Order: sequence, then C-alpha cells, then structure tokens
Amino acid sequence: MGSTTMLIGTWIAGFLTLAIFSFLYKDNPVYKLAEHIYVGVSAGYWLIYVAFFDVYPMLIQGFQNETGIEKWILLVPGALGLIMLSRWFPKTAWLSRWPIAFTVGIGAGLGITANIQGYVMPQLQATLLPVTGWNIVSLNNVILTVGVITTILYFYFSKPHKGALGWMARVGIVFIMVSFGASFGYTLMARISLLIGRLYFLLSDLLHVID
Amino acid sequence: MTRPETPDRTRFGLLMVFVMLLTIPALTGGDSFARPRSLATSEILSSPTDLAMVPVLPPAVCTVQAADVPEDGGGLISVTWEVPEDTPGTEFITAFEILRYAPGETPAPVGDVPPTDRAFEDGSAEDGTTYQYIVRSVSPSGFTDSEPSGPAVASAQWFARGRFPVLLVTLFFCTAVLFFVQRAKGGAELFIRKIPGLEAVDDAVGRATEMGRPVLFVPGIETVSEVGTLAALTILGHVARRVATHGTRLLVPVADPIVMTTAQEIVRAAYAEAGQLDAYDPGSVAYLTYDQFGYTAGVDGIMVRERPEAVFLLGTFYAESLILAETGHAIGAIQIAGTKETSQLPFFVAACDYTLIGEELFAASSYLSREPVMLGSLKGQDLTKMTIVYVIVLGFVVGTVGALFFPGGNSFFSRAFDALYSWFG
Repeated sequence: MGSTTMLIGTWIAGFLTLAIFSFLYKDNPVYKLAEHIYVGVSAGYWLIYVAFFDVYPMLIQGFQNETGIEKWILLVPGALGLIMLSRWFPKTAWLSRWPIAFTVGIGAGLGITANIQGYVMPQLQATLLPVTGWNIVSLNNVILTVGVITTILYFYFSKPHKGALGWMARVGIVFIMVSFGASFGYTLMARISLLIGRLYFLLSDLLHVID
Repeated sequence: MTRPETPDRTRFGLLMVFVMLLTIPALTGGDSFARPRSLATSEILSSPTDLAMVPVLPPAVCTVQAADVPEDGGGLISVTWEVPEDTPGTEFITAFEILRYAPGETPAPVGDVPPTDRAFEDGSAEDGTTYQYIVRSVSPSGFTDSEPSGPAVASAQWFARGRFPVLLVTLFFCTAVLFFVQRAKGGAELFIRKIPGLEAVDDAVGRATEMGRPVLFVPGIETVSEVGTLAALTILGHVARRVATHGTRLLVPVADPIVMTTAQEIVRAAYAEAGQLDAYDPGSVAYLTYDQFGYTAGVDGIMVRERPEAVFLLGTFYAESLILAETGHAIGAIQIAGTKETSQLPFFVAACDYTLIGEELFAASSYLSREPVMLGSLKGQDLTKMTIVYVIVLGFVVGTVGALFFPGGNSFFSRAFDALYSWFG
C-alpha cells in the first residue's frame, strides 16, 4: 500500500513538474491545470496552517491555558482579528482600518530599533577602517570606505545629483552595479542547483534513467 | 524548495559515514566520535573505568562566585569558579556539575559543563529568590564539592546600559524625522530630487491605455507591516489614480489578506478621487495565495492571459523576482520594478525597463504622495545618512593619522579612534 501510494505520488509530482516546465514553451491548458492546482492547494494549505498553527494554539489554547495578564491580553489580538471581518458589512468596513493601523504601527516601531541595532550600527562600526601603511589591507580599507560613502550619497535625495555630489553618486552606482553582478552570479548558481535537483528527480525517481 | 533526497544518495552517504566511523577512531586511537559531553554524577560513578588508573579524588574548585547577570530581563544568575593549579587530580576532572539551593532546600543539580569551562549561567532561577551554588568536580573516581558561593538573587533591569548608543542614535533619528515632519506640516517646501523611473510610471499607464490593455500591479509577497509593501501601496494609489483617469483596467493580485484589504481601500479611494467611483471594480484586487511560488505561478498565468501592457513589480520580493520579471519581459510589457531586497535587485535591473533601487522605492512613494509625514521622514533619513558619512570620514581620518603618524597605539588619535569604534559596538 505504502509503495503504491509513493508510486502514485511520484507520478503526480513528475506530471506536475513537466506541466510547469511546459510554460517554457508557451501558456497551455496543461500548465493552466498545474497552476490552478498549485494556487488552490497552497491557498488551502495556508488556511489550515494559520488556523491550526497560529489561531488555535496561540489564541484559543493560549486563552484556555494562560493565567493573569497573559490570558486577558489575548483578547486584544482576538478582537482585532474579529474587527477585520467588519469588511463584510459596508457600513462598518471602516473599522478594519484599526487592525491594519495597529499592524503597520507595530511593524514600523519594532523595525526602527531592530534596524539601528542590527544593521546600521554594526555596519557603521565595520566601515571604520583606517589606512595603516602601504599594504593591501589599507588599499582594501580605502576601497571599502569610498564604496560605502559614495553609495550612501547615491541615496541622498535632498539635493540634485550635480557637481561633486553627482560625481560621487556616479561612483556609488558603479559600486552598486559591481555588487549586483556578483550577487546575480551567486544567485544564478543556486538556481541552477535547484534545476539540477528537479531534473535529477525526473531522471532518477520518475524515469529511472540514472541511478 | 528543497532538493529531494534520493535512495542512492542516501545509500552513498550512509556508506561514507560508515567508512568514516570505521577509520577515523582507528587513526586517532580512540573513540574520537564520541561527542564530549558532561556526565551526570551517577553516570560517572557507574562507569566501567578502571578506578585504579585514577588514584585520587578531584580537587575542589575555589572562589565560587554567583551574581545576577546585569542588564538582562531577569531569571539569570552567573556562576564562576577557579580551579587550583598544579593540584593532583585536576587532569582527571571530566565535568563540573552545578548545584543550587535556596534557604531550607537540599542542593540539587541545575546543569553541568565540560572541564574546560569556568562559568555557568543558570537560566532557571526565579527572580527574587536567594540562591547559593556549589560547584562539584567530577572524575571517574568520584566527586568533590566546593564551598558554597555567596547568596545571589536574580532580577530584571529596566535599562541595558550597554545599549545606550542605540538609544542615542534612535533618538537622533526620530528627532530628525519629527523635526522635518513638523516643517513639512508647517508648509515648508522640502526638496526631493527626481527619481529616474518615476516619470516612466505615467508613460507606462498612458501606453497601456493606448493599447487597450490592462495595467498589472504586483505589490510583493510580504505582509502589510513590511515597509517595502507600504511603499508599494503608496505608489499603487498614484497608479490607480492614473488608471482611473484614463479608464484603463487595473489588476492587483496579492499574496496576503491584509494587503488585499489595504490595496482595495487604496484603489477605491483613488477611483473616488478621480471621480470614477462607478468604474471601480472590487475584483481588480484579488487574493491568490500566501504560498510564494503558488503566487508566482498565479501571477505568471495572469500575465500571459491578460497581456498587461504595463507591469509594476514594487514591494518585497524574494526568489520569485526573476520568474515574474522574465515573464513580463516575454509578453513585451513595459516593466517598472523596485524592491529593498538587495539580492533580488540584480534580476530586476537585468529584466525590467526601470528599477527603483532600494531606498529609491521609499523616496518614490514620498515623492508621489507629497505627504508631510513621508516627506519629513525622507528628509530625516537624509540627515541621518549624511551624519553617518561624516562619522565614517571622521573615523577614517582619525584612525589613519593615529596609525601613520603616531604609531604605538597610545596617541590621542589612536585612543579617539578606539573610543569611536567601541561606541558603535
């Protein structure tokens, strides 16, 4: 029974993989079928996931099991979640802006401190790189310092990019493009490995052409 | 997306592990694969080690100190100790076991550490309870307890003084933003330079109108609490106003329910502002799925079937960026993309007509909306950026002068550089 189920599963996976690959030729009914199955199944999956791994354990079970303030504070997210349903009724639809505002505010507020502590200050510290002599490390430090400063200046919006600022911003965009090139190649390698994995599945698990 | 595990690879991997298990212990002359772990006292005492090999009991550790971990959220007590040097039996210590007791209680183990460690953090302490600790030296021949530490009480602190620089920088940033927001609200003209790509927005909508084809706006795959999504939704408002004015069809597939709600509000408001509320179609903002690649497949399908003339890929994108941008390129649409995800920007640069790089996305939303809060925020960020540039230049000059002209590390410049460097740590 188990092996039969696995066999059927492998064939379905193989068919869906080829159906998705068929998009490389052009849009066609087989791709449409695979696409709709994928979108529908994934939407259903996330609905169940949120219900059983977020709402039930964190809200309902949490309310049943917690005591004191930890219990009653759960009424706040519960109420905000229910208010979102007010969109069903046109007269009360405006209420749904409250939980949205709450979510946005919390996200922005937490993000400021987290980014300053996690990104800005460590990166600023790592860019304090002096020249210590005629050596390769010092050359590297100069390149890094110039790269960081000119890149920051590229993202300076309060003045037009003219004169010295324009010149430095142009140097900055060169640094940005060099980093994009490196990132492109690096990510492409990762994508190729994903393709190899999928082809390996087709040739090995499905067709048994290779061992 | 994980690579599927295959039986052959598993078999090969198991074979390799088996060979390694066979060979490496033989080469190293012992059970080198045994993960060093501290043993419970009962395990030590019942181990089959030849006790004749270990003639003496391990020495007791000294100077056992326990103290509340400073500037934390409570519930933590730090225990430290020293091992007397050149004392017989030290080399046979296999672990240190830490025992804790409150007044009136019997000492009970709360953890153990390898013999190389000289500190332990007790994370099971209750705030407000006085504890004392005993460190037990364990060897195959037995154990020896230390003198108890002094009393220690765990407590939470309101402020982590080590993060004072973070507070200062945050205050500086927030003050700068609030200052410029107030100026903008007061009617001051705050200049923002033109951003390449923004001018193309109106052209793209106009071209779609001429061709009689829809405009597709993809606001990324993240939730509404992501700043990238927020910036994208602000630009969506501008695009929707243009679309409403021109009478073009707008398609906004979304991956998050709250983004859908927000996008519907924004598009509806834009149609109302343009005096075209009757033309607003609530179905133009449609939820697909939260699944990353399910959403991608759905958007790709919309692209090839609806054939939009203008495609906006603005917001937070991850691995789906190139798939979307390539499909948009394949259908011949004019594409304007933007994201703060640096790893995805190269794909947008390669496959799209215009790309808003990183913060340009946020600047674009401020530029288009002309909202005082957004303009002030952008100006505040600019001030912070210039301050950062000045700090980097200052650090570079001071550090370089100290290193080149006053070698030795004791000059004013070297000390100033070190102070600046550690302040940001």
